[in-house]
Amino acid sequence: MTRSRVDHLPGVPDGVPVVAVEHVTKRFGDVTALEDVSLTVGAGELVGLLGPNGAGKSTLLSLVSGLRRPDAGTVRLLGRDPRDAAARVPLGMTPQETGLPPTLKVREVVDFVGRHYPDRVATGDLLEQFGIGDLAGRQTGSLSGGQKRRLAVALSLVGRPRVVLLDEPTTGLDVGARQALWAAIREYHAGGGTVLLTSHYLEEVQELAQRVVVVDQGRVRADDSLEEILAQVSLRRVVVHGDGPLDELPGVVRAERAGGPAGDVRFELYTPDADALVRELVTSGARFRGLEIRGASLEEAFEQMVGPAEEPAARAGGGAR
Amino acid sequence: MSTIGAAASSRDGAGGVVGPARLTWLHLKYQFLESVRVPIAVLGNLIFPALAMFFFVVPQEEVASDPVASTIAVASLSLFAICSASLFTYGLGVAEDRQQPFDPFLRSLPAGPAPRMIGRIVNGAIFSLFGVVPVVLIGWLFTAAAPSPVQLLAGVGTLLLVAVPFTLLGIGVGYSLSAKAALPVVQVILFPLAFAGGLFLPPQLFPSWLDGISMATPTRAGRDLVVQAVTGEAAYSGAWLVLLGWTVAFAALAGWAYRRDEGRRFR
Repeated sequence: MTRSRVDHLPGVPDGVPVVAVEHVTKRFGDVTALEDVSLTVGAGELVGLLGPNGAGKSTLLSLVSGLRRPDAGTVRLLGRDPRDAAARVPLGMTPQETGLPPTLKVREVVDFVGRHYPDRVATGDLLEQFGIGDLAGRQTGSLSGGQKRRLAVALSLVGRPRVVLLDEPTTGLDVGARQALWAAIREYHAGGGTVLLTSHYLEEVQELAQRVVVVDQGRVRADDSLEEILAQVSLRRVVVHGDGPLDELPGVVRAERAGGPAGDVRFELYTPDADALVRELVTSGARFRGLEIRGASLEEAFEQMVGPAEEPAARAGGGAR
Repeated sequence: MSTIGAAASSRDGAGGVVGPARLTWLHLKYQFLESVRVPIAVLGNLIFPALAMFFFVVPQEEVASDPVASTIAVASLSLFAICSASLFTYGLGVAEDRQQPFDPFLRSLPAGPAPRMIGRIVNGAIFSLFGVVPVVLIGWLFTAAAPSPVQLLAGVGTLLLVAVPFTLLGIGVGYSLSAKAALPVVQVILFPLAFAGGLFLPPQLFPSWLDGISMATPTRAGRDLVVQAVTGEAAYSGAWLVLLGWTVAFAALAGWAYRRDEGRRFR
């Protein structure tokens, strides 16, 4: 795996990665959340961490932020153990939006968090930057979901961090709010910041990340440039009802049949080129109805990426999730 | 304009940290703001000890009319108010906080456990004192208790010192257990300790074996020290030592529980 540039960082010897996770295993009781995971993030990288729910993404972030201790292996933040409070000065993180203390005002939450850092962005400037300057005097309990999200991301940047961990930064936001947050994240990155973000949205990672790490069932399944990963997951899903062997059309890389009444089987077909597949479908002369095309969701794409072991089950399973 | 961005490379950000005193003040201030904006939490601390005064002290003529006995009763109930507020606020409050999603975020900030714990302790003292105010007022208005202003001040100061080990115990319980488990554990700790410490019955009524056990408890040590402050009746000789010992033990428990805690427990 190519490590991208590691710029000189003040106070840190050259070549020390911003985040260094080495052979880390973390268990909760019988459940292995992470198994022998290694991940190195250099200065100025913008890394997207992808994976279905329960894949271990949040556990990984909790180790990097010093919240948890690995059962085996080491975690370093700019060369130091993140369990030490002082090692976390260059770290920014988003709280979960639901977790803001409801009785504190927006301005107070930003002040409170910001004053933990030796060098901080002024509260007014930060709120303006995120378009929530007019909410400064409101209690956080009265904010909308989108406003809380913006505040959460703003909080991660208040201490001028070298690296930010963004856990699902735009989940539940409308398009406009999402664009605004992306702009802020890009601006931070352009200023030399390092970003490690998790997301369910392929689109979000596509917009922001240069490098993508795919985590599934506690292991790193892929770690590559965005282009390489996208080539693997950019499948389209075509749903169609019909009676022929539609799953044998050329271009179908994976298919599921859902049993229906005879002559009306529901097919879910995955293909890299939906246009070509539809052309094949029409010219094949097979009877069909209810044609539906959309991008494969990230989770579906993951099944494709990490699913070889489950291949036999895929055909038998009743398609609709 | 670029207000957000990584730390300027000209400064050595890796070395700079905010001093512990400023962090402690920060946590103290915002914890206070958070709590004081929930009026029922503040009122709860006021009402219970006041009711206890009306039920257990004021109606007993022989206690209420005796200046020393009623002063001791007020001191004991004030201490009970403080123990109860400390154990419940912390044992339960910390356990509940740990289930809030903001808690792991706070733990990722560059501050160790000390600022938050000290903030909690001082806040606990402040809110406990709110609970003492009605007890003292009722004692003054409805009983013969009449400590001098100096004695009253000394009593309040001693109460605050005595509150420290109970707050630490509460924190230790709060970081060790879930909110559901913390509640019964706090009750199981509080009431026997309060009884054995002579907060409900004067220890003069205890048989000698119980008195021996009593003198080893933090509640008894605390009670005698508060009584000494308000009435001049000397506490037993080891009282400060017992209190100090428990303080050290509970501080160790609280620190251990905090370090061991990794936020919410799974499975």
